[in-house]
Amino acid sequence: MTPRETAIALEPADQSAAVPAPEVADEILAIVDLETHFTMRRGNLKAVDKVSLSLRAGDTLCVVGESGSGKSVTARSILNIVKPGRIVGGRISFKPGDDAPIHLSDLDPYGPAIRAVRGGHISMIFQEPMSSLSPVHTIGSQIIEAIRLHQPIEKKEAREQAISLLKQVQIPDPEIAVDRYAFQYSGGMRQRAMIAMALANKPKVLIADEPTTALDVTTQAEILKLIKSLQRDYGMAVLFITHDMGVVAEMADHVAVMRDGKVLEYGDVDQIFSRPQHPHTQDLIGAARLMESGPAAKVAGTLSEEPILQVRNLNLAFGTTHGMLRRHRAVVHALRDVSFDLRAGEALGVVGESGSGKTTLARCLVGLYKVDSGSAMFTRGDGSTTDLCGRGGFGDRSLYTEIRMIFQDPFASLNPRMTVEQIVAEPMIVNRACPKSELRSRVADLLESVELPADVMDRYPHAFSGGQRQRIGIARAIALNPRLVLADEATSALDGSLRAQVLDLLLKLRSRLGLSFIFISHDIGVIRYFCERMAVMRRGEIVEIGPSQSICDNPQHAYTQELLAAVPRADPKQSRLRG
Amino acid sequence: MTATTVDDRIVAAGTETQWQLIWGRFRRHRLAVFSGIVLILLYLSAALAEFIAPQDPHAFNARFTFAPPQSINLLDRNDEGRLIFRPHVNGYAVEVDPVALRRTFVTDPEEKIPLRLFGKSEPYRLMGFIPMQHKLITVEDSRTPLFLLGADRLGRDVLSRLIHGTRISLSVGLIGVIMSLVIGLVVGGLSGYYGGLFDLIVQRVIEFLRSLPTIPLWMGLAAALPRDWDALAIYFAVTIILSLIGWTELARVVRGRFLALKTEDYVTAARIDGASDLRIVMRHMVPAFTSHIIAAASLAVPGMILAETALSFLGLGLQAPIISWGVLLQEAQNIRAVATAPWLLWPGAAVIVAVLTMNFLGDGMRDAADPYAQ
Amino acid sequence: MALLRYAVRRLLFMIATILALSIVCFGIIQLPPGDFLTAKMAEMAATGDAVNVDAVERLRAQYGLDRPFIVQYWLWVSGVVVGDFGFSFELTKTVREVIGDRLGISLAVEFLAIVVLWAIALPVGIYSAVRQYSIGDVAATIFGFIGLAIPNFLLALLLMYISFVAFGATITGLFSDEYMNARWSFGRLVDFFSHVWAPVLVIATAGSAQVIRILRANLLDELSRPYVDTARAKGMAEWRLIMRYPVRVAMNPLVSTIGWLLPTIISSSIVTGIVLNLPTLSPILLRSLLSQDMHLAGALILLMGVLTLLGTLLSDLLLAWIDPRIRMA
Repeated sequence: MTPRETAIALEPADQSAAVPAPEVADEILAIVDLETHFTMRRGNLKAVDKVSLSLRAGDTLCVVGESGSGKSVTARSILNIVKPGRIVGGRISFKPGDDAPIHLSDLDPYGPAIRAVRGGHISMIFQEPMSSLSPVHTIGSQIIEAIRLHQPIEKKEAREQAISLLKQVQIPDPEIAVDRYAFQYSGGMRQRAMIAMALANKPKVLIADEPTTALDVTTQAEILKLIKSLQRDYGMAVLFITHDMGVVAEMADHVAVMRDGKVLEYGDVDQIFSRPQHPHTQDLIGAARLMESGPAAKVAGTLSEEPILQVRNLNLAFGTTHGMLRRHRAVVHALRDVSFDLRAGEALGVVGESGSGKTTLARCLVGLYKVDSGSAMFTRGDGSTTDLCGRGGFGDRSLYTEIRMIFQDPFASLNPRMTVEQIVAEPMIVNRACPKSELRSRVADLLESVELPADVMDRYPHAFSGGQRQRIGIARAIALNPRLVLADEATSALDGSLRAQVLDLLLKLRSRLGLSFIFISHDIGVIRYFCERMAVMRRGEIVEIGPSQSICDNPQHAYTQELLAAVPRADPKQSRLRG
Repeated sequence: MTATTVDDRIVAAGTETQWQLIWGRFRRHRLAVFSGIVLILLYLSAALAEFIAPQDPHAFNARFTFAPPQSINLLDRNDEGRLIFRPHVNGYAVEVDPVALRRTFVTDPEEKIPLRLFGKSEPYRLMGFIPMQHKLITVEDSRTPLFLLGADRLGRDVLSRLIHGTRISLSVGLIGVIMSLVIGLVVGGLSGYYGGLFDLIVQRVIEFLRSLPTIPLWMGLAAALPRDWDALAIYFAVTIILSLIGWTELARVVRGRFLALKTEDYVTAARIDGASDLRIVMRHMVPAFTSHIIAAASLAVPGMILAETALSFLGLGLQAPIISWGVLLQEAQNIRAVATAPWLLWPGAAVIVAVLTMNFLGDGMRDAADPYAQ
Repeated sequence: MALLRYAVRRLLFMIATILALSIVCFGIIQLPPGDFLTAKMAEMAATGDAVNVDAVERLRAQYGLDRPFIVQYWLWVSGVVVGDFGFSFELTKTVREVIGDRLGISLAVEFLAIVVLWAIALPVGIYSAVRQYSIGDVAATIFGFIGLAIPNFLLALLLMYISFVAFGATITGLFSDEYMNARWSFGRLVDFFSHVWAPVLVIATAGSAQVIRILRANLLDELSRPYVDTARAKGMAEWRLIMRYPVRVAMNPLVSTIGWLLPTIISSSIVTGIVLNLPTLSPILLRSLLSQDMHLAGALILLMGVLTLLGTLLSDLLLAWIDPRIRMA
């Protein structure tokens, strides 16, 4: 049974590729010609289309692909948790060493045979640790249940085991934490609890479905490390689903690249990264590495020394009140003494994890939030200065012709009830920046400059993909020839290759229009690629600010060091996790 | 898999407006479309009540007290004994039970009363102002009986009364909802827009009204209406009473949508485009919630109709001589009357059909209201 | 601790609500033009009875009918607090006497209706969601829609009609003649239960139709949540995991619906009570309203409102008790 020919069923252009089949000797999980379909209103969606994979005992297989590639459905098919889809073809076999193989795909998805495998021999953890845990049961009771489903032991004993599992996944005070609820845990702790639950019955295989995608990068690094060390302790095989080539390089022994429900390429991790055969694999690796190399091609023209924006000592605290008498006032310092200068034509990156205050900063600078104290002096086109955070600030709406914003979510930031023409023209109409008769041709010009054909004007946003929508958002942002653009996680919602395209477009526009940028992102790679200077934020404070290259090469602050160390590199040779 | 969220055909073109998308979604909801058609017919018959009702709803005839429904025969035998198309009903023969001394009606196969479409009738004014003298169904001799759904205790035609009752019952629902909508839009809109103390107070008031049982409150208010008011005043007063309590749900929907929209990225984007508050509300927010409001309002109509029917049935709402479904059902309050003349329950069937179809229609509209949802 | 704070807050809100309700009820009492005594005097004069002006004036002073609204309200509400709901001029009894044991019977019928409602709605709703689009689900959905569309009084009428035609029995009232005014005994209890099914069925139908719809929608949401897959991946049996996780989570919003379900139940029990002529508060409410015996009516409306609010408070506390997110927040 050597189904590898189909596993590397490459597109015609890549017939040269020939990936050697891994030896079947210590195979623990074999997927052969798996087909999982979803019945849609119009026809069938072949989410998984003849996929074959092989997982060896103790090995880590990463399945990588962009959204919609079928990687998650493949993982879920193993335990046959694919509702409302169904497995229509192929075979999944679990081979527990000496025992006879169990053909999982042939089992009744509700029957006792497959239930003995689920959580017993094969465990699974999911992407969203919050919603993957029951909101109304304690963490402990969920782990105890997992134990007692497969081991005939008393509740008390199971509780002891649960506490010891929590200890193993390094949850502090496990005796107390065991009686807590998921909403009392932090994101990273929730995922640790999920892992503890998955390990409850010492499984042979752990399936991890994007387990770190929802987490901050430093938390991700901790979780990856934990999975790796537990894998060693338990001698588990891990099937790891991810979209991030960096994570692949950190974790994988073997890699399968998927797109449109098919495996495009399969191989040893070093081989995949050093000699990728399929163009899509090359694209994925290329896009990931792009963000690791230093700043992109320099922007034309020299930077002036004149600051366009001087931010001084911004402070903002959000109070949260509890109880009827509003006594307990927990104050969150969203911004603490934030100061920086932005020179005309410069791009300043603001990097930070969730809760660092970076988005709050952007919203203060466009007048959506009022600061408690501090100023942001903006030099206007006519040479006068205005305090963006002052009282008058955006009372003068004409400021919005000079300061524009690009949003994170390309689906939420375009009014679905307006045509592309109406969306892009809106700032020009409300600011009377363009005579009515010329609006249409001006919109066409703008669309052209974001590399969209002018004839999309009469369509509504729902007709476009995420990347195209983000281009429309960019066209709206540059419609008024602004001088300062705030980009709030402008590329975070996009898949790797699209992200690079949009960034390159922004670079082009920057140099053509002489824009100054404040670019906010959680992804230090994106900032390094796009910005000359960067500011690192944590808990409302800028802990370090300086030229991007020097911060990345020689970080001074401990947090910056931690942040940089946590970013997975798309190079298996640099992996710190694989021994 | 983004393409699966929207209709493929639409992605191909992408030029459909919101309303075209909503219609496309709504159309797939077969039951809602069917219900919509039924409702259009119901409202049409309410509007054209005088034309469709075979008789004057107030005309009584003691000879036909509790006369049972006649069935329409389409075919008849002509003089040569051949079957021909000649719609007719049979007349009544009265038998008197010698023991109980009760009259019972039996159909008289000999007496055939031919029916005519668009026949001549007494002159009347359609909707109160269009002079007409033809009706949908007439009999040649106006003295012969025509009770397709039977007659009531005074020998009035149940069908004609039902059709006239439709006009009042459906319009109470509609007008009541329009009034509720006005209150709901103003209160909910202001509450959502200004927030703060005003919102807090409004929220508490809504919570208060919703925590009370509505029927006793309605009953109390309706009972307090002066007895000497004329029919029209009572009609409007009852409608106002219904909407006084019914506005809360609509205000809640309006406020909720308003708050949700306020934080939408594209509304923030409009703010950063430099648009004025008025423009943001009118251009960016109102189009987004019109469809939701229409759906919520259409779901509120059946509640109004049920409330009016219940109040009138209890004798606290509309009063004769106004004819509404609830008023008609008052005739069925007595179990002996219902046992003798079960056709008095026909207005109940009308209530069920109207409420059922309105619920289906409203559900369909609500599901279609946001064609951009995932 | 947090639970206690929550309970105190809900209690304070309920007291404020009852206060507001009492003002509304007193407003209803005051709405009809002229006071009851004026109407009574006119009536007595019309029928030729001697009008005892002195007695009338004494009553008028006693109830403060010649004083401003706020004083009258104060007199009324301070009486209500100590259980003096005023006087029914129509029946010439105190309101307390009129209410008698009708309150208890009302509560019993409503309580039974709620029990039956949940007994129907829970299994049907769960089945309906778990087996979405099955024949059972479609049947439940149809039942739900029709249950919502039939007015209570019509359902009661239909039930009466059917049992009259089919069994020749009238199903009005709650007691047979021999037990009508008897003291409580085992026989009376049996008699009560042999009558009570009809109103309970009518009241429960509309409510359970709503609860089924809500439970089904909530549960469908919960069934697609990732924690359900987590439980599946643990190896739990399907029905067991459905009962333990999504159903448990879906119960929370359902418990909070009791809050607005109670007003509906009280409303429908009133209409049903009138149609089926039960010895509950409902028929006397209608009678008092029709005869504009407003003190009695106002007291009844207040009583029904307060009962609803008490039930709502209980459901809020129950919700806080079963939902850790509220209990611990």
